[in-house]
Amino acid sequence: MRDVSIIGIGQVKVGEHWDKSLRELGYYALRAAMQDARIERIDALFVGNMLSGELTGQEHLGAIIADFAGLKGVEAVKVEAACGSGAAALRMGHIAVAGGMADVVACIGVEKMTDKQNASVTSALAMAADNDYEALHGLSFVSINALLMRRYMHEHGYKKEDFAPFAINAHANAVNNPYAMFQAPVTQKQFAEAKMIADPINLLDSSPIADGAACVILAPTSIAKEFTDKPVRIRASAIATDTVAVHDRRDPLFLEGGAISAQKAYAMAGVGPHDIDLFELHDAFTIMSALSLEAAGFAPRGKGVALALDGEIGLGGRIPITTMGGLKARGHPVGATGMYQIVEVATQLRGEAGANQIQDARLGMAQNIGGSGATVVTTILEGP
Amino acid sequence: MEVARFWRTTGQRYQLVGEICPSCGEKIFPPRDVCPACDKEAKTPYTFSGKGEVYSYSTIYSAPEGFEKYAPYTVALVRLAEGPLVTAQLTDVDARDVKVGMPVEMVTRVLREDGERGMVVYGYKFRPQQLQTAS
Repeated sequence: MRDVSIIGIGQVKVGEHWDKSLRELGYYALRAAMQDARIERIDALFVGNMLSGELTGQEHLGAIIADFAGLKGVEAVKVEAACGSGAAALRMGHIAVAGGMADVVACIGVEKMTDKQNASVTSALAMAADNDYEALHGLSFVSINALLMRRYMHEHGYKKEDFAPFAINAHANAVNNPYAMFQAPVTQKQFAEAKMIADPINLLDSSPIADGAACVILAPTSIAKEFTDKPVRIRASAIATDTVAVHDRRDPLFLEGGAISAQKAYAMAGVGPHDIDLFELHDAFTIMSALSLEAAGFAPRGKGVALALDGEIGLGGRIPITTMGGLKARGHPVGATGMYQIVEVATQLRGEAGANQIQDARLGMAQNIGGSGATVVTTILEGP
Repeated sequence: MEVARFWRTTGQRYQLVGEICPSCGEKIFPPRDVCPACDKEAKTPYTFSGKGEVYSYSTIYSAPEGFEKYAPYTVALVRLAEGPLVTAQLTDVDARDVKVGMPVEMVTRVLREDGERGMVVYGYKFRPQQLQTAS
């Protein structure tokens, strides 16, 4: 197996891009990453995306984006794993380069969500859940997370406002990220007064739907220096799955898929949670931040929220999370999100995070979650 | 909703028909053919009592397509008396009175209507358990 590095990164600002199509967004991120890596050709393209068919009527994304980017004849396929599609595309690229089947590979995450009305997007997102036994009963994806949050509060004795630090931290960090959708802070008071979506989840527990695209270029580490002075090594990538429906889990409050994928990644990299300098987690909802911290071993069961309340998730804390705004404030273009996380960790490890730079960051981790924990992708990167 | 999809799941949606594992006795709902406890094949039908208690709940204000006219409505994870959790709506109850641990029972209600000429989809919901009456 060959060692693999990220030799280029690119992203477009997350937001409501009414003037840009899905293929344009994907191409802009790809072009930025190819320019960053100073390359003009790639051997293969993996496109992470969840909802192009449902929301834009377009499938066959591998060919669509390769065609639009002028990459005639290139191998290109779409990778889908609900909201975990982005990091799943990276995992496929990692396998291709590590296995020697390709040398220079582009992995894109792209999503176009804002052409449709709210209820249509809510229904489309519910496809990440069990259609026959969750969505058919009128459950939105938000409400499934709300069921987890209510039970978490009940079992571990937290109040609703205890979840506010996750949102406040994410927004504070997004202020300095030019690619973030919301470059504005939020306060405890705003959190307390936010509109309820699915009780107890309110608007400020929730990440916004958005358009976006991000991309990384991979190459064998042995030749990475030919392209960049700052290659970022992929120390580990791992995908694990769990039951799609929350009701099928023995213990709904423990993300077993998250724990398995984190353990696989730690084993592959030969490190543990204490070695990780920053953690880009999947804060689609505040409750997911807590469950991800616990599954990945940064907090004991029921203590994920306490970690945030203790101020340990900030840029100077024990384990900084959502350092560029997270899903909450950078925005959550679902199939693109996992690739934004990878680009953000790489940005930190290259020392290019500006005001949000984690000092001496060497190892960074990302955890991208599909559905309410049915697919979990954990990636560990090492800086130059 | 498609007719065939509706038809093939009527057993579980009208009567809570799940399965019991012939190998280890695990009671399974929704039916999934491979026992989650012992990984052996489990296809023996088993009808659940419909009694259970609320494990968690949420009131939905922003509903998916097809459910907008029902909002706000309350959904729950219900722990069935026989063991499994099931996801369903709560009915015949004020959302403010719902509590974790509240005893509930299954009833059959309309889940959704697909327009004036479309299907009316029935299925299970749960309501607070009624007091036992003397027989």
